[in-house]
Amino acid sequence: MIALPPEGWDALWLSLRVAGLSTLLSLPVALGVALLLARGRFVGRGILNGLVHLPLVLPPVVTGYLLLIAFGRTAPIGIFLEDTFGLVLAFRWTGAVLAAAVMSFPLTVRAIWLALEAVEPGLEEAAATLGASPVRVFVTVTLPLIAPGVLAGAVIGFAKAMGEFGATITFVSNIPGETQTVPSAIYSFLQVPGGEAAVWGLVALAVGVALGALLLAEMLSRRVAARIAGRA
Amino acid sequence: MLTIGLSHRFDDFALDVDITAGDGITMLFGPSGAGKSTIAKAVGGLLRTDRAYVQLGERTLADTAQKIWLKPHARRIGYVFQEPRLFPHLSVRGNLLYGAAQDTDLVRIADLLDITPLLARRPAGLSGGEAARVALGRALLSAPSLLILDEPLAALDARRKADILPYLERLRDHAGVPMLYITHALDEVARLGSTLVLLRDGKVARTGRVRDVLSDPDAVPVLGPRMAGAMLEGQVLRHVDGLTELAVSGGPLWVPGTAGAIGSRMRLRVMAQDVIVGTQRPQGLSALNILPAQVVSLHRGDGPGALVVLQSGTDRLLARITQRSLDEMGLAPGDQVFGILKTVSVGPTDVFAGMD
Repeated sequence: MIALPPEGWDALWLSLRVAGLSTLLSLPVALGVALLLARGRFVGRGILNGLVHLPLVLPPVVTGYLLLIAFGRTAPIGIFLEDTFGLVLAFRWTGAVLAAAVMSFPLTVRAIWLALEAVEPGLEEAAATLGASPVRVFVTVTLPLIAPGVLAGAVIGFAKAMGEFGATITFVSNIPGETQTVPSAIYSFLQVPGGEAAVWGLVALAVGVALGALLLAEMLSRRVAARIAGRA
Repeated sequence: MLTIGLSHRFDDFALDVDITAGDGITMLFGPSGAGKSTIAKAVGGLLRTDRAYVQLGERTLADTAQKIWLKPHARRIGYVFQEPRLFPHLSVRGNLLYGAAQDTDLVRIADLLDITPLLARRPAGLSGGEAARVALGRALLSAPSLLILDEPLAALDARRKADILPYLERLRDHAGVPMLYITHALDEVARLGSTLVLLRDGKVARTGRVRDVLSDPDAVPVLGPRMAGAMLEGQVLRHVDGLTELAVSGGPLWVPGTAGAIGSRMRLRVMAQDVIVGTQRPQGLSALNILPAQVVSLHRGDGPGALVVLQSGTDRLLARITQRSLDEMGLAPGDQVFGILKTVSVGPTDVFAGMD
């Protein structure tokens, strides 16, 4: 068993909650956006593509600052969310979910997009000639074929959310028990003399989660290829 | 009854056709680039043309004048593509039943196509011929009002092709679904077709009953001189020494092989380049088949060749000879001659089970 100080356990539990929720909430949106990007032919497709990928290349601190400008308690969207749903994002764990979702979004979309590109369009055409409506074609042909790709996208997104630091600390700060995730906790421990001993457990956990997720995503991606080739 | 009217401008060619197809198999035949597949896709709803009119029985599937355009899934048209396009994540049974309203016909269709033993298998494990038969069955089980076959044999090698052809004949005779069959292989036209639509450069060059069009000298420029030839029908009289004697209207004919039961009717194809014309009955010739005939007409081509149309009994024969021979023999319409058919000209792949 890994020895962790109490703040370490809190941080781990929060990180799991934040990453799990961010994955769950962003997955349907990522699926929709991946479909639009892979199949859609519309004006503004390039802009959507750029927006989705922006968090991948922007400094995370900039993304976090932009989130603060848009979703802060004095910002229009922030005020709207608080007044309508009583939902506050800035400096709350809910904001950490949003930051994690935004930062992991491009990775999830890319994984699903790749799976969609691998599906032979002729199969969807064949399903249509057999009387299947577009919705039925998607549910019975496209989705089963890309399912491992969707799962791979979720896994890689989860891992990214577990490790998110820059945007999170800028948007929701580093409040123990509220917004202190595993990376923030590691950062805090490193700021105090003699805190290094407590860090090792968290570092091991972070490496373990990241490596496990990468291996799982890789395995699931192989399954997409196998499924489309009809071997699984 | 299927009525098709389509026009479309592509970058490098224009399609403009009006076609009426009845029961049985309507063959759309032409070289690649003639517009065959565009027609198939537009009828199936997979490609939208500038002008589209598709009327199938009582139903209007497309009419640009009325702004009607049914989506593929609303057309009830079965489509068999060049590749089988089976769903890899479903079993053969799952594929067959994908478009079926109920599975009552599964047993009958699976038996008809000899795919019952494959039902539990995955498509990836099937041979090319098996996959092609499953694709046929899947399209049939969706209970289509029309079946489009877009070069269904083009991706198969000669042996697989020969394996599938009898199944297509069975479907033609037992499935009761009119079919639109796209091909650039004339042997498929002769073997399966009822009606032939010759396409060239996006236009209908010729249309009519298969046997009429194939033996029509005016269709030769479209078919190509090497493809020109007549189609005859005969009745199997007997099998001797590995040969089969058939009665055609002009006399007896011997063909290699022992295909067909005695008394059954067969289709025969006699290529124009395999027919020699003689003014007297030849003696001491190795050819087995000599039919008395009358010259109907002569057609001189642009090159050194000429086509002679012969009437033999109630059948028409085409003979391709040189213009030089034509002049030396002094042939004229009405002359009594003999058509000498080289034995090879009625080889087994060109001997077809009868359909009428």
